[in-house]
Amino acid sequence: MGLKRNVGLLDGLRYQGKGPMLTFILHRISGLSMVLFIGLHILASLLMKQAFSSSAGIFMNRIYENWIFQIFIFFCVLFHSINGLRIVILDLWPKLIEYQREAIWLEWCIFLPLFGFATYLLVAGGLGV
Amino acid sequence: MSMRPAPKIGLHFDYVMWLFTRLSALAMYALAIIGVIGALWMGARTSMKLPDLMRWAFMPEATHVSTTNVTNLLAWKTLFWQVMGGLVVILASAHGLHGVLSVLEDYLSGARLRQVLRLLVLVIWLAICAAGIYVIRIF
Repeated sequence: MGLKRNVGLLDGLRYQGKGPMLTFILHRISGLSMVLFIGLHILASLLMKQAFSSSAGIFMNRIYENWIFQIFIFFCVLFHSINGLRIVILDLWPKLIEYQREAIWLEWCIFLPLFGFATYLLVAGGLGV
Repeated sequence: MSMRPAPKIGLHFDYVMWLFTRLSALAMYALAIIGVIGALWMGARTSMKLPDLMRWAFMPEATHVSTTNVTNLLAWKTLFWQVMGGLVVILASAHGLHGVLSVLEDYLSGARLRQVLRLLVLVIWLAICAAGIYVIRIF
């Protein structure tokens, strides 16, 4: 027994898993993005310290702290945490898996207002309105 | 195509990390809630906006509030908040790097390769922890 799959890229792209598939793929994209960009942010902050005082660190953190990039990072953190909470609850109480689709709807109902309001404030701050 | 061995039942690396991923997520929620309560305690309601509060909840590190209207930055970099930040770095990097490992293992197989990847991820985790804790301690 093993996980043997013969699914090509085109078949993979054609697969329509609807809501659950969307959360799965966004969970992966946001998780990998956070590891990459927050890892780089830690590295850049390390390089900015007095012992190194590197301008490469300042350059990387200037991109990271830009308000446009912050919107992307906010999306990753907020979506990953809210979707992750759904996964944790459904995994630790498997009986609730019956209500997966309702849980996904609830998840978007929590995510969208919170992310929308934070984005509004970031854009307003970034444009100096 | 080499096949991945079927998961065993019982206490082993995959199961322990599966459980760790979920429990560390809950622990990070707890840390974030403590961060929000602490920030509100220290006057975040009037001195910062929602994105700043969310940034602080995600990572309680004093430079994250340096662009807000907070006047006394010293209260935000006490030993308590440094320990909290260190816990976030350790938990989040372990959680995240194990996530990268499990994504990679969905596409790569081969027992030897998996061992090398696990060792590599362990080394990166220790390096990130060291870097993060150093950044928190030295400001």
